[in-house]
Amino acid sequence: MQSPRHTFDTQLHALEQRLLRMGSFVEEMLEDSVKALVDKDVSLAEEVIRRDDVADELDLDIETSCMHMLALQQPLSKDLRVIGTALKITTDLERIGDYSVDIAKTALELVSEPVIKPLVRIPQMAQATARMVRGALEAFVSRDPDKIEEVVRLDDEVDELNRQVWNMMIQEMQENPSTVSRAAHLILVARYLERIADHAVNVAERVQYMETGVLRQLASSHQML
Amino acid sequence: MPEQASLASRSATLMLPLENSKFEIRGLGVEYDGESALRDVTINLPKQQITALIGPSGCGKSTFLRCLNRMNDLIPSARMLGDIFMDGNSILSSNVDPVELRKRVGMVFQRPNPFPMTIFDNIAYGPRRHGVRSHSMLEQIVEETLKKSALWDEVKDKMRQPALDLSGGQQQRLCIARALAVQPDVLLMDEPSSALDPISTFKIEELMLELKEYYTIIIVTHNMYQASRVADYTGFFLLGELVEFGPTVEIFERPIDSRTDDYVRGRFG
Ligand SMILES: Nc1ncnc2c1ncn2[C@@H]1O[C@H](COP(=O)(O)OP(=O)(O)OP(=O)(O)O)[C@@H](O)[C@H]1O
Ligand SMILES: [Mg+2]
Repeated sequence: MQSPRHTFDTQLHALEQRLLRMGSFVEEMLEDSVKALVDKDVSLAEEVIRRDDVADELDLDIETSCMHMLALQQPLSKDLRVIGTALKITTDLERIGDYSVDIAKTALELVSEPVIKPLVRIPQMAQATARMVRGALEAFVSRDPDKIEEVVRLDDEVDELNRQVWNMMIQEMQENPSTVSRAAHLILVARYLERIADHAVNVAERVQYMETGVLRQLASSHQML
Repeated sequence: MPEQASLASRSATLMLPLENSKFEIRGLGVEYDGESALRDVTINLPKQQITALIGPSGCGKSTFLRCLNRMNDLIPSARMLGDIFMDGNSILSSNVDPVELRKRVGMVFQRPNPFPMTIFDNIAYGPRRHGVRSHSMLEQIVEETLKKSALWDEVKDKMRQPALDLSGGQQQRLCIARALAVQPDVLLMDEPSSALDPISTFKIEELMLELKEYYTIIIVTHNMYQASRVADYTGFFLLGELVEFGPTVEIFERPIDSRTDDYVRGRFG
């Protein structure tokens, strides 16, 4: 016979696996949305937009199993913190999916716009942001405080890149008014990436809470520029 | 409300300031026939708050509770070490009358144990023993006590009926009322609702929350959710030791000692 504790541990493990699956799913959405933008790949952008339903479903699944575990197992201490954390993390991941969809939609808008300069900063930002999402999930699995710190450090990098994109686009718009639409869209994309990075920081914060029981803001204020 | 503390800044057994304490317990130990059942317990128990004591069977919770009104005196093999101060005065010293002490520190047990007499006489029993003779005075005490115990409306028309005809939950609230009738400061409860259904349990918990305005309540419970629902502070005992004591939310959300964590997460046994 299996003990209730064993059943619960199995459920907790399954919950972690689901969160990881959802995490890598939205991380891929993020990477593909930026790839679609850079490559002007219409079908990839449409694909990302379609995946949003899957992300929403994963989110709902995770929330449902958290609620069931809360209701039936009434977890305490670390167990309670893990489930509370999962409930928060899944929302952050779902939002990362939403922003990826926003980026994919912007990619579709930009397909017809001429490319003036090849995109450099935005792919860099996307790379750093994806690393943050991955790092936050790795922190969740490994409970490794160094991973949490790395996420926070990368967030500063993303903020800085966002500032640079802003300045460059403003300059571009001033120099060449025909680029206004494209530049404005790219400012938005940078803004979406910066928001995704903030959600990754949220995840890292929750992992820290899960481990220590202390809820503390890791990044200073999340500035727009 | 107990304040929140971070894991790092809280010690496993919190020392409450004396001015908020009803009991100061210093190096308390109990032996039965020379066998140690409780060792070196040092804490302060908060005044007019609910403290829950949790821990596995045999860890010494009831033994600890029985020290607070010297019920262990009634067990010939029991020997107490250390000291307990109530409102600053030792209750273990030889000039303390245990009967007087038990008037101030009432106790309610796991199984409702009303006396085989009427509802009225159950409540009037204590005051009569302590010398109240006037019938109108007794009537007043009985009514007030039953109202305080949220039982008055249910029993006011059957005061002359046998207490044993009441339901288990009502009997338990009657026992609480009986303990309150002699105007104690402290109410000790040893698993007061473990023999009751969820609704009666809920009523007992509701009653505890109302009563803590006037009384210091110490409750032993095997139901951690009961502790988390009603208690301001919680203490965890293991093998005769107080492992952790602190604000209830700390004990159940982020205990410091890994043994507490194991126990509240059901990882023992
Ligand atoms: N009257 C007694 N005589 C001898 N030993 C006793 C007596 N009462 C308790 N003990 C012993 O002291 C230890 C603590 O018992 P205690 O009843 O205080 O535990 P408890 O935490 O209340 O357990 P439970 O949850 O089962 O009520 C146990 O080992 C028990 O056997
Ligand atoms: Mg006991």
